[in-house]
Amino acid sequence: MTDFGFTLSCSSTLDLGKVDNDKFEELCRLEPGAGVCIGCGSCSAVCPSARLSGMSVRKVLLAVRRGRNVREMLQCCMLCGKCTIVCPRGINTRNLILSICKLYDD
Amino acid sequence: MNEIIVVIGGGIAGMEAVGTLLSLGHTPILIEAGPKLGGHVASWHKLFPDLSSAGELVSRLQEYMKGANIFLGTRVISLNRLADGYSLKLSNGMVINASAILLTTGFQLFDASRKEEYGYGVYDHVITNSDLEAWLAGRADARVPKNPEHIGFVHCVGSRDIKACNSQCSKVCCATAIKQAIEIKEKFPYARVYCFYMDLRLFGKKYEDFYVNAQRDYGIQFIRGRVSEVGETRDGALQIKAEDTLSGKPLKLRLDLLVLMSGIVRNDSIRELSLMAGLETDSDGFLRSVDNEYSVVESNRPGIFFAGACTGPKTVPETIAEARSAALSAHRYLQRTTIIR
Ligand SMILES: Cc1cc2nc3c(=O)[nH]c(=O)nc-3n(C[C@H](O)[C@H](O)[C@H](O)COP(=O)(O)OP(=O)(O)OC[C@H]3O[C@@H](n4cnc5c(N)ncnc54)[C@H](O)[C@@H]3O)c2cc1C
Ligand code: SF4
Repeated sequence: MTDFGFTLSCSSTLDLGKVDNDKFEELCRLEPGAGVCIGCGSCSAVCPSARLSGMSVRKVLLAVRRGRNVREMLQCCMLCGKCTIVCPRGINTRNLILSICKLYDD
Repeated sequence: MNEIIVVIGGGIAGMEAVGTLLSLGHTPILIEAGPKLGGHVASWHKLFPDLSSAGELVSRLQEYMKGANIFLGTRVISLNRLADGYSLKLSNGMVINASAILLTTGFQLFDASRKEEYGYGVYDHVITNSDLEAWLAGRADARVPKNPEHIGFVHCVGSRDIKACNSQCSKVCCATAIKQAIEIKEKFPYARVYCFYMDLRLFGKKYEDFYVNAQRDYGIQFIRGRVSEVGETRDGALQIKAEDTLSGKPLKLRLDLLVLMSGIVRNDSIRELSLMAGLETDSDGFLRSVDNEYSVVESNRPGIFFAGACTGPKTVPETIAEARSAALSAHRYLQRTTIIR
């Protein structure tokens, strides 16, 4: 039989109350700076890998908060540390990235 | 110095001004419409950013103004210009001839039920910042559940909103939201607390530290997006919708309690008074100062001065500083006119 009419795609709505917070809370223990990001985007702006790979520490951190698996998103990080230099809130982004890798690898 | 200065409005601005005038040797008369002194601050619990007690501040001011003439539950019914001052008729029948007047009539809280999409007064668990202050100060409120798991704060309710006829920022509610989020998290440590903001405006001394504190030590979640609507589920919880603008996704959230950060709007009860006095209204609806840079405490009328939130949203320290400044301006005004005469 031929399919016709509308099909329903899955809703993209985020149900914030149902987000699993465990990974983020664990991350805050490993890197206390994880909680104080203000989403300014300077980390992504200086990232030498961003132009080629779309790497963005800001997006990675937000995705962890929203309960997504972000391991793939960090593949192109070179740990150069430029984001640590620019962060106005003094987040140790290097430790943040390594901690996220550890969280998803174990 | 036996000329009379009338101070209208017994909030913290009026109290500080009266205390300062007393210390300068004047005999001020304070007229307060309500049954007690302290204005809005008398109903608050703790003050940002140091979380000091609001009640203690009011008691301290009460001590500072001891000996002043105070009329509670009193209003000005008529006000006339005289050659060298003003004649005021009060609701208690008294007539006062004043050489100078200080207006410290403060603000009014935006009526949150006017933003119908938030369901204040309709849904069971929607309250305002002012309701929450009262609850924190110990007043029972059936709308606050016993064990809430998810608590939301909506910033800018009736502020920065052309449709609510108030396009200005109320200035104090971002810091108030952070203060209240911290306080409620302390009461319910297992609850998840969310602040929905458009911009966070934390301009004051140590406010940014306060914000970091809320993020890091209390795990308050700040979501950039304006709550667009609130509904009630069949079991009486709330369901809100917003956009998580940082990730560009629509967002929904079930809440057990929603707190609306009602804004600071002009005090409508002084319309007549300002008409009688010939005072002007600025484009933001508040009383109009001579200018908004150098002469904020001066009105367009000789001998009439302003202090506090009657000219726009103010924090406590700003209000107190202005009250002192206005008292000094009135003092200098009287010295000048006395010398001329
Ligand atoms: C929810 C909330 C929380 C806040 N928390 C803080 C905080 O933690 N820290 C901080 O720095 N600031 C805070 N603020 C701001 C603070 O409330 C104001 O700075 C302060 O109330 C301004 O004082 P005021 O005396 O100018 O006005 P009001 O407090 O409005 O007092 C005005 C007084 O004048 C009287 N009055 C009015 N009209 C007349 C009339 N026609 N005749 C006679 N009397 C009249 C009123 O009855 C009232 O007593 C908060 C504000 C809100 C809304
Ligand atoms: S202080 Fe914050 S919550 Fe209040 S009106 Fe301004 S931006 Fe909105």
